[in-house]
Amino acid sequence: MAVPAQMEFFIDPDRCIGCQSCVQACSECDTHKGHPMIHLEYVDRAHSVQTTPVVCMHCDQPTCAEVCPADAIKRTADGVVQSARKPRCIACSNCVLACPFGVPKMKTEFNLMMKCDMCYDRTSAGKKPMCATVCPSQALFYGTREEVERLRPRSAAVNQFRFGRQVITTKVSMMTPRAGRAEYVDVTAAMGERAIGREITLNILTDEGEEEAR
Amino acid sequence: MATDREQITIPPDGRPAAEQPKWRRDFPIDWPQDHYVARRDFTKFMALTSFAFVAGQFWIVIQNFIRERRGQPPVRRVAALSDIPVGRSLIFAYPEAHDTCVLVRTGESGLVAFSQKCTHLSCAVVPEPEKKRFFCPCHEGSFDLATGRPLAGPPRRPLPRITLEVRDGVVYATGVEVSEV
Repeated sequence: MAVPAQMEFFIDPDRCIGCQSCVQACSECDTHKGHPMIHLEYVDRAHSVQTTPVVCMHCDQPTCAEVCPADAIKRTADGVVQSARKPRCIACSNCVLACPFGVPKMKTEFNLMMKCDMCYDRTSAGKKPMCATVCPSQALFYGTREEVERLRPRSAAVNQFRFGRQVITTKVSMMTPRAGRAEYVDVTAAMGERAIGREITLNILTDEGEEEAR
Repeated sequence: MATDREQITIPPDGRPAAEQPKWRRDFPIDWPQDHYVARRDFTKFMALTSFAFVAGQFWIVIQNFIRERRGQPPVRRVAALSDIPVGRSLIFAYPEAHDTCVLVRTGESGLVAFSQKCTHLSCAVVPEPEKKRFFCPCHEGSFDLATGRPLAGPPRRPLPRITLEVRDGVVYATGVEVSEV
């Protein structure tokens, strides 16, 4: 059994409300009970409440598998990069350091790398991944490309990411504004960029404010 | 979808598979290739394993032949007959220093001796003359005191018998008798 080719995973960080539903749903899975494989990251915690879900992007040339010295990370024919094979993983953390998206995490209590495998037990049987079924704002969307284009007319799915001189093509797509349609997401260039438009700044009380209140 | 044995992962340098180093073929990233066992490799494994079994059989035959050629071990003095009271036993080493044997005096003229190694897993058997048996405490196996035949428990082969001879009131061990079944 394999994941159907027309079914794709789309991430729309803009829609993420930070409710942790995906994290809870993921940690309920029997294959890794209590250990969520999805990461809910704060983009800039000091200044904003914006969060973004991070699932495995399932690269066409998986760097984690490239650097694995124990031959433990494999990619199935449907393009899903599987979690480390338990008998082979030597817990060296090479993949943890190498992954450009920061997806693999070393579970020291099991001496095993565990990462998102797009719920292979579910998706290969024709079901949706856990996180996509529970996401209330559909920041995590699993379906066909036609479906997502119909539902999100202002967004375009991009599945190429640029890190310096390396361009990575992934199976999972990121939703970007259609207006400024780019061929790829330039991650390294965006790292130094200030957010514009919808930036939320938290009101942090200063000493002067405290004096006024008195 | 890609077929089973087709390579789907393109190496980062983008060059074709033929130009890639050999280790890429030995450690493929693709699951179907990783699980693929060539008919040639399987045949090689089967042939070598069969050859190892045949060699092992010949090794056993040669070992048997050497053992038979060696003949009976030399005669060795065990103890004076007067030192062994009736119904008591004695531990002695025969034919080598680490081969412990047990001698039991069953009557005025009755003397039996067997190797002390249980034929199941080589534990030391304990003589129990009042119950007419040798008892192995490891797995509760027991052997007949007179013949060494297995009576109960996991052992299936009898204890090797030590042939004895009494000359001028002295007991001598003269050989080892291994009987099959």
